[in-house]
This record gives sequence, structure tokens and C-alpha cells, in this order.
Amino acid sequence: MTTSAANIRSTLENANLQLAIYTSTARLIQKRRGALAGDLLPDYQELRDEANRLKRHTIDHLDYYLELFEKNVTAHGGNVVYCETATDVADFVLGLAKKRGARLIVKSKSMTTEEIDLNHRVEHHGLEAVETDLGEYIIQLAGQRPYHIVAPALHMTRHEVADVFSSKLGVPQEIIPENQTMIARGVLREKFLAADIGITGANFLIADSGALVLVENEGNARLTSSAPKIHIAIAGIEKLIPRAQDLAVFLKLLGRSATGQALTSYTSFLSGPRRPGEVDGPEEFYVVLLDAGRTKLLENPERRQSLYCIRCGACLNHCPVYRKIGGHNYPWVYSGPIGAIITPQFHGAARDPWLPYASSLCGACAEVCPVKIDIPKLLLDLRADVAAYKEHAGASSAERFAFRAFAFIMRRPKLYEFVTRLARMLAPQREGWISRLPLGIAPGPVKQWLSQRHLPAPAAKSFRELWRQR
Amino acid sequence: MSAREAILTRVRTALGRRAGDAVPEPGPPRMAVPNVDVEQRIAMFSAALEKLAGKPFVAESCEQAGEYVRSVIAGRSAISSRSPILEKCGVACPVGIDRHRAACAESAAGITSAEYALADTGSLVMFANSEEARLISLLPPVHIAIIERSQILTGLDELLSIAPRPADISSSMVLITGTSRTADIEQILVRGVHGPGEVHVIIL
Repeated sequence: MTTSAANIRSTLENANLQLAIYTSTARLIQKRRGALAGDLLPDYQELRDEANRLKRHTIDHLDYYLELFEKNVTAHGGNVVYCETATDVADFVLGLAKKRGARLIVKSKSMTTEEIDLNHRVEHHGLEAVETDLGEYIIQLAGQRPYHIVAPALHMTRHEVADVFSSKLGVPQEIIPENQTMIARGVLREKFLAADIGITGANFLIADSGALVLVENEGNARLTSSAPKIHIAIAGIEKLIPRAQDLAVFLKLLGRSATGQALTSYTSFLSGPRRPGEVDGPEEFYVVLLDAGRTKLLENPERRQSLYCIRCGACLNHCPVYRKIGGHNYPWVYSGPIGAIITPQFHGAARDPWLPYASSLCGACAEVCPVKIDIPKLLLDLRADVAAYKEHAGASSAERFAFRAFAFIMRRPKLYEFVTRLARMLAPQREGWISRLPLGIAPGPVKQWLSQRHLPAPAAKSFRELWRQR
Repeated sequence: MSAREAILTRVRTALGRRAGDAVPEPGPPRMAVPNVDVEQRIAMFSAALEKLAGKPFVAESCEQAGEYVRSVIAGRSAISSRSPILEKCGVACPVGIDRHRAACAESAAGITSAEYALADTGSLVMFANSEEARLISLLPPVHIAIIERSQILTGLDELLSIAPRPADISSSMVLITGTSRTADIEQILVRGVHGPGEVHVIIL
């Protein structure tokens, strides 16, 4: 998971990839817009406010809701397992598999298990873990990580899928998406029926019910949670909401923001194992509550809101940076604007200091966020972390000098006027002059910066001059 | 210290709270149940389901419902749940619990009822219990459900006001809204990925 200028450049220069990212995100934008147009959801803005309020309330009292959830899961015959780290989750799954003699795990799409790299951890110990969401299955076969929170194989064309299927499954080249889907259905159906353990994530954890909610379209989460004898749900501690009735807010926002659906095909509300008299369903039910850095994000009352995210992916689709550099150039499994605010908080500002700057601060992400996370504000906040880190590391003397000079001039009105007048005299009175400067003389980063800019000619008179002459 | 204690302690320290500190009420749930008569609910439900490529059918009688079901199955294999309404319509064909899983996997069609339906989204609401299983509406490529018109609610808000805590009723409540679908390859819609690609709802 490395990011480099060279990788980003190769993404930008790959015309097919650019087209795939652009058209897929455009379709997702269109679908969302279609579901929110006119008066289809007249109280959309009020619902966003309410979702934000409910998330804030829950996160601000998270200890209470965790314990309430735990109590209610237990009351329904389920088990809650607290895990501090990724290793703890893998150890729990492996321990349970060993005790039950389990070998095959089916998984439904979960960003949390991607985050902790669960598949590799359990496969390392001889278990087979099969992703069952179509997109996730394709990228598992291709040995990649998800390109997008909602559409993991968003970057692949049908031809690439055909190559992956024929080389990994030994089937003839098939380029029709419908037939490709049926190939996957056939292979995965066998896995569902043979699996010992089903592992899902959770879109929401409901404190007052001890239940989890799974939102999906394919039916693989339903199969994963009901065909095997053991169901394990792995979720971050931030997934809690207080009451089942609060779904009246969140479900209306999630499907529409993610894929433009009023409700996705399947919304499962699961609480505990099969009960006496019920015909089918798992015999054992576990909910893993994962920290893995989340409590660190709780410490700052402003940044805490990063944990409100319901993983709809709308901020990715609408982000001009994501739409150019795609998902794999972000340093962690969470890409796009949400990735840019949570990754530095999990890993520290030093690891990927460029990340909070991978934004034009256009504000599109905040505008579409269904839970109203102020992403641009947090990006600015995190840039301050990076600046502080650079200062500490002594790596920014040139930058510091530039800003000191700037501050010196800005504090002295006379000097400021003199400098601007000087700049007007020196700059040619023509549009686009800056791109015609002899760039050969400019140093590297300045040259790069100037090559992408088109500055207008300076005005004949400054605002201050006009003000005096008024 | 256990992982549980460690996490709860870290959460409390970060939030500046102590164990047992009071929590204010989260405020009243935001739900609104509109007043819609039954005929209109049927029309809304049918329109919403059709938009999702589902097939609604309003039956005049149990006989007509049974006939419709048989015409959809067209001689193929089927498995049904133990809902009494299927018996009344003459389409019940349940199997014993030992054969349940295999029959679901082999059958072309699964026949069920549902606890409720949601008019505005065209959804079926199914609880797992001694009559309804989880796999009958999931494994066979065709799902056929027979419901009574009185079971159609206006939408999610009405469902959550009637069943404020679904977990009190069953270990599993599923909202089924149209067919199983995916758009994971080039954002092109394909139906019937893992669940049924064909959904029929007969309204009595």
C-alpha cells in the first residue's frame, strides 16, 4: 500500500482507467441525484441534521451504548467479543474455527475486515476465506484491494474481469457481465452451502435491540449470515446507533446516498442465533467490537465526527481528486475524502503528510455527506498537524521563511502597497502571462506549480487605490 | 485487564466520562405515518415493486391466487413455507426440517407469505419464525409471496412504529425490496446474483 507520484502519474496517463473511474462515478452521482430530485425526499436536509445529531449523541456517550448493546446481544443468546487490535480479531476467529473444526469461511463485503486484512491473516493459518460480494470476489481473485467503498471493482472493465475469471477459475473467456455474474453465482453457491463460518460486517449496531443491520443488494450477506452454523459480525465500535426506530432516519439516507435506492434489495435486522421454533439460521452468533485506533479519534471533540461515517461512498464519487487519482493511490483501504481524514488520524500525520492536501477544498464532499461530516474543515485541521510535524522535524525552513515574509508584509500596510505596486509594474499586462514565463529558470516545484496555472493580468488599480479615489 | 475493560476505559477517558454517568435521552424518534387508504396502498406498492422489476398481482380470490402461483411455477420444482395462507390458496408444499436446506437449494421457486409489505418502497417484511424460514425466499431463483391487503403498511416509519424493537419478535427481520441485484461490473445492472432474480407478490 504505497503511494508515489509515479503511481499517480500512471493512473492519470491510463486512458482506459480514467474512463472507467469517470463513467462509474458519474453513474453513481446520477443515481444519487435521481433519488433525491424534486420532492422525492422532501425532508432530506432535516434527515441529515437528525442523522448528524443521533451520531453525535451516540459517539459522545459511546461507553453507555456499548454496554447497552452488549447486554441486549447477550439477552438474545449472542456473544459480544471486544477486540483491541487486528491481531485480536484474527486470533478470535482462528480460535473459534479450531474449536469447531471449521475450514471454510464465506465473507460478505466489509470494509472493517479489509482494514484489518482478515483474509490474509486467516488464510495464513490454513483456512479458506471466500469473498462473496461480486465486486469483492473479483478483486480477491485479482489479488487487489477495494477501489471504492461501495463498488470495490469500480476500476475494472468487463474484459479485465473476463481475464481474471478465465485465469483463476479456468472458465472460457466471457465478456458479458450477466454471464460473468452467473459464473460467480455458481461457484459461490457451492461455497455458501459448504461453509462452516459466515463473516459479515455491520452497517449499524442497534443498542436498544442488541441487533445488527446489514444493507446489501446481492443477497450474499443474507446467505453469509444464515447458511453457515456460525455467524460472526465484525464491526468498529463507532457503528452504534441508539434505537431500532432511528433506522427511519439512517436507512432513508444510506441507500439514496450510496446507489440512489430508497431501500437496497435486502435490509437484514439480526439479533442472536436461531431461536427455538425457527426453521433455519445460525446456531452461534458473535459480534466482534473492534477498537484498532478508534478510541484515539474520540479524544478530540472536533475530529470525533470522523466516526459518524456510514460508508455510503458519496464523497468519493463527488471528489474531483478521487475521480482523477482513483482508489488505489490512497495509502489505506479507505479512499477519497473520508480516507483522507481518517487515515492520518489512525496512522499519524507523519506517515502520509501529503494526504490532507489531496483536496481542492471544493466542499463537494461535505455537501453530499448524509451525516454532515465537515470534511473540508477536518482536512484543514489535519494540515495543521502536518505543518506542526514538519516544523518539529525541521523540514520546512523554506516554507517557514516564505510565510514569515508574508506575515511581515501583511502587517505593514505601506509596505504591502509598495510590494503590490511593484508586482503590477513588473508583470506584463496580458492574460495568461504566468504560463509564458521562461520556466527553465524556475526551480522544480515552482515550475510544476506554474505549469498548471493560468493567472489573469493584474488589475490596473488596486482596491485600496480605487477606495481612496471613490 | 480484559479487552473489554481496556476499550471501555479508553472510551471513557477520551470522552471525559465515568462508568455509570447519566446519558440524556436521544430525543423522540423521527417518524411520520401518513394516512393512506388500502386501495391507495395497493396501488403504491404495485407501482414501487414494478419499478424494481418485481411482479405484483392483485387476486380476487384464493383460487385466483393459487392459479397465478401455479402459472408462474409452470411445473417446475417448488418449496413453500408453513404459512396458513398458502394452504388456503392450495399452493402449500412444505418439507420436513431435515430436508429443508437441500430442498431450498434444489427448488426453482420458493413460496412464502410475509409479515408486512411497505407501500412506498415495494418491500416485503419477513420475520423468521416457525412458519417462515430464511432460506425459502433466498436460495430458489424465483420468490413468490402471497400477502393480504391488510398487511400493507405505508412504509418504513409505520413498520418501526408497529414493531419498535423487531428483535423482540424474531432473530431475523428482513426487508426484501425487489430482486437480488448487482452493478459491480461496469455499473451494469444484473439481477439474480445470489438471491432470486424474479419476485412475484400476490395481494389478496
